[in-house]
Amino acid sequence: MAWLLALLQTLLFIASAPILAGWLKKVKCRLQNRRAPSLFQPYRDLRKLWRKEPVVAHSASWIFKATPYIVLSTTVLTASIIPLIAVNLPTAKIADVVVLIGFFALGRFFLALAGMDIGTAFGGMGSSREMMVSSLAEPAMLMAVFTLAMSASTTNLSEAMKYVLDTGLVLRPSFVFAMLGLMLVAVAETGRIPVDNPTTHLELTMIHEAMILEYSGRHLGLIEWASQIKLMIYGVLIVNIFIPWGIAQDFSLRSLGIGALSLGLKLIGLTVLLGLSEVILAKMRVFRVQEYLSFAYLLTLLGMLSHIILEIQH
Amino acid sequence: MSLFFAYLSVVAALVSGLAALATDKRSELDRLATSLLRRWPKLHSRAQSIFSATHYAEYHRNSLFILLGVSGVSAVLASAMALFSGTVITDTLPFGLPWLHWHIRFDALSAFFYLIIGLALIAVSLFGPGYVREFEHGKHSLSVLGFFTGLFVAGMELVLLADDAFFFVIAWELMSVSSYFLVAFQHEQASNRRAAFLYLLMAVIGAISIILAYGVLAGFSGGLTFDQFRSVKLTPVWASVAFVLALIGFGMKAGLVPFHAWLPEAHPAAPSHISALMSGVMLKVAVYGFIRFTFDLLDEVYWQWGLVALLLGTASAVLGILYAMQQQNLKRLLAYSSVENIGIIFIALGLALIFFSSGQARLGTLGIIAALMHCLNHALFKSLLFLGAGAILHNTHEQSLENMGGLIHRMPKLSGIFLIGCLSISALPPFNGFVSEWLIFQTALQTGNLDSGVIRSLIPTASAVLALTSALAAGCFVNVYGVAFLGLPRSKHVASCHEVSHQGMLAGPAFLAVFCVLFGVFPTPLIETLNVVTGQLVGSTLPQVSALGWLWVSPVAKEVASYSPFLVLLGILVTVSACYQVFYLRSGRLESRRADTWDCGFGGLNARMQYTSTGFVMPFRRIFQPVFDVDERIEEQKSGPDGFHTERLRYHLHVSDISWGYVYQPVARSVLGLSRWVSRIQTGNIRTYLAYSFFTLLILLWGIS
Repeated sequence: MAWLLALLQTLLFIASAPILAGWLKKVKCRLQNRRAPSLFQPYRDLRKLWRKEPVVAHSASWIFKATPYIVLSTTVLTASIIPLIAVNLPTAKIADVVVLIGFFALGRFFLALAGMDIGTAFGGMGSSREMMVSSLAEPAMLMAVFTLAMSASTTNLSEAMKYVLDTGLVLRPSFVFAMLGLMLVAVAETGRIPVDNPTTHLELTMIHEAMILEYSGRHLGLIEWASQIKLMIYGVLIVNIFIPWGIAQDFSLRSLGIGALSLGLKLIGLTVLLGLSEVILAKMRVFRVQEYLSFAYLLTLLGMLSHIILEIQH
Repeated sequence: MSLFFAYLSVVAALVSGLAALATDKRSELDRLATSLLRRWPKLHSRAQSIFSATHYAEYHRNSLFILLGVSGVSAVLASAMALFSGTVITDTLPFGLPWLHWHIRFDALSAFFYLIIGLALIAVSLFGPGYVREFEHGKHSLSVLGFFTGLFVAGMELVLLADDAFFFVIAWELMSVSSYFLVAFQHEQASNRRAAFLYLLMAVIGAISIILAYGVLAGFSGGLTFDQFRSVKLTPVWASVAFVLALIGFGMKAGLVPFHAWLPEAHPAAPSHISALMSGVMLKVAVYGFIRFTFDLLDEVYWQWGLVALLLGTASAVLGILYAMQQQNLKRLLAYSSVENIGIIFIALGLALIFFSSGQARLGTLGIIAALMHCLNHALFKSLLFLGAGAILHNTHEQSLENMGGLIHRMPKLSGIFLIGCLSISALPPFNGFVSEWLIFQTALQTGNLDSGVIRSLIPTASAVLALTSALAAGCFVNVYGVAFLGLPRSKHVASCHEVSHQGMLAGPAFLAVFCVLFGVFPTPLIETLNVVTGQLVGSTLPQVSALGWLWVSPVAKEVASYSPFLVLLGILVTVSACYQVFYLRSGRLESRRADTWDCGFGGLNARMQYTSTGFVMPFRRIFQPVFDVDERIEEQKSGPDGFHTERLRYHLHVSDISWGYVYQPVARSVLGLSRWVSRIQTGNIRTYLAYSFFTLLILLWGIS
């Protein structure tokens, strides 16, 4: 029963990821006084891509063809581990939050290899930059996660969320810092403005898009879907770790419904925030990213220190 | 029985070394065989075919490596028996000083490191015959290579067996000196001679430090056996002196920053299968020495030691990988990455020391287990990568990444094996490198149990640096794999190369790759085995590790953290095949179309337009500029009336290790200055020397009377 629920939750996760992307687009369009496409436009785009014939360069190896599948599967696997609308699911035991960071690294490793597989300047540039951004983002991410893990004395996400739920609404300075840091990291890792711009195809500014420039058709569709799921994963991580209230603690239909509803509301709010920041901010130069990410690291470090100094009692 | 196999392993290695001396003795052996076997015509004809000019070289070469393989297999057997039985075997051999025979002790810790040697040795013995073939027609005799390889392996194994300081140091020196000759094997290149000299120098300094460390213990215990050392109680000051000396001595051999400068010079200079043994195994022997000294011989540990080890480990890890990234020579890159991994091992050992000193024995045990596991994992994937680099070198004669490219199309099997090595070393799930780093993170997360707030905040910072390191390692090995194996070939040799012809050269790395996956997917049995080691070493184990079943790892408790690599692998496989099913098979098997690469309509895309390795790591060079010594110049040759027309551009980039300028050169300068000052007494004048003798004599006579 629990495993079935975990499977259903994963399916819900990956199925609703495009709608989040659609909603983000809607928010941005409203803010920019443009007419927004339908909420379901991302589904139409994906369906279009999946039906198209992929074109692969002569110099591509099996890595290029396998990467979309690997990237999507690591992302789906990550999604299956994160408690979405209910905690206490058995999948959370398979991998803790450090492994989760490892999953992202695995997908990124293959994506970066695929960027270099064809032998064009664009791909290599994208791979190089992606590895740079991620290597700076990873310590900040880990610091944020560590703050949570040390407070809850577990790295199991489900257990950590239960801990936050059990202790009730208390103001923790460490969590505030960690949440801010994690938000900055999430922006960098999902390739949003101001670190990367997913809508541009200008070589000077591309990071993620440069890596996947050679992809087309079905392959591109899979990668796009994976990055939509990744955006949702970060959103869910932020809202469920730091504001988990509403998430179902038992498997009754009512609490699951409340869980889904509250998650939806929280994500809608978070996405509005992301849309706002994307409209206000401009894309940074590539070598400003390090300052941005060191700031994120500093925030998470402050979170960790304030946990150690203010919150540990002996 | 396990001791028998341990001895057999040493003897087989020695015999392999001695047999190597017969490389150029074919005609003598032929004559000997003829005279001995005259009575048995069948054997005689067989011997004649072995010793014939056409076959002798191959038979001889294979037999050397078969002996090494026997040594490896018996090392694995010995270690398996000792680890399963969990007994400690002691013995004395009638060698050494008259009043101090060689004491032998084969316990679980030695056995575990025997396993590391054995696995790497089996891979090397598979790889070697194909690889050394090219040396046969070269200037260098195989006899030198084989002889010192045998001594080197035997030396490493004897270090693990030693149970008294005297024997330990002899074995240690055997290992160091024989590996010096291996580094100097291709000595016609000045850089190799320089590397070998630097290596010898550092080995000597390290050995002095180790001898002094043992000297402290011997001074207080009045004996040289480890049993006497174990029972001695030292004051904190003397214990710290011994610890620091041991840290310097063993750290120098292990390649800990700032004692690492020899490592990236020496390891690439040796033939590739020796580099694999040096980076994969010899560094671990140094770690073994450190663990033996600190956790076994010294009776108490202090948190300050742990802090020092943690800081040095952190510095080694992050500097090692940053320097590794900037290398274009593949073997040099791998050598620097060994510095990084040794750093990671010392981070774990530092954490263990901190936890032990504050009475948290179980968490300390977790640290030791993480360190030991990373020792094994690093031995596996680093040997794999060095052997892979050797195979590339063998086939293309290229060492520089900048000349490689597209090898995945030309060497598909090797590229698959090498990919496993890259994934493992980048600490990606579900491979083995990830498990040990995950355990280190779990250890670091338990800092809430410590009293000191400073340490509590320092350890998470160190683990954030560890996260940076593993992310940089992923970047580094994306660079390696992407530039060497993917893209278009950047040189003629590489464009025309093909898969290695000798099957053993694939079988060796493949053997290691199997273990990389195996220990990555099923780490729990390995950790259970390591419980035996720590049970004997520090008397504490991790009882909770398989609390959820043997497919799960839960190092502290099952609520705290759990990881099931097997289910992860299963999950990946299921989702990949589900995706494939849905998006390829169900959607009408839409084949992908092959086409030219998009070249923006200009045409003529060539290999020089790819990203180079230097270009790939440029962002890292720029961000972490303070730790590099970068010499970057653009030389322009201009012409025309006003010098506006640039005829030729030359880009020059040299990134060097910052430790040279800050540590080594000042030390070298002061040593030179000191010796110049001392040399003033050397006037070269006979009267002065006579006066020295006269006064010495006077003083001695005065002393006697």
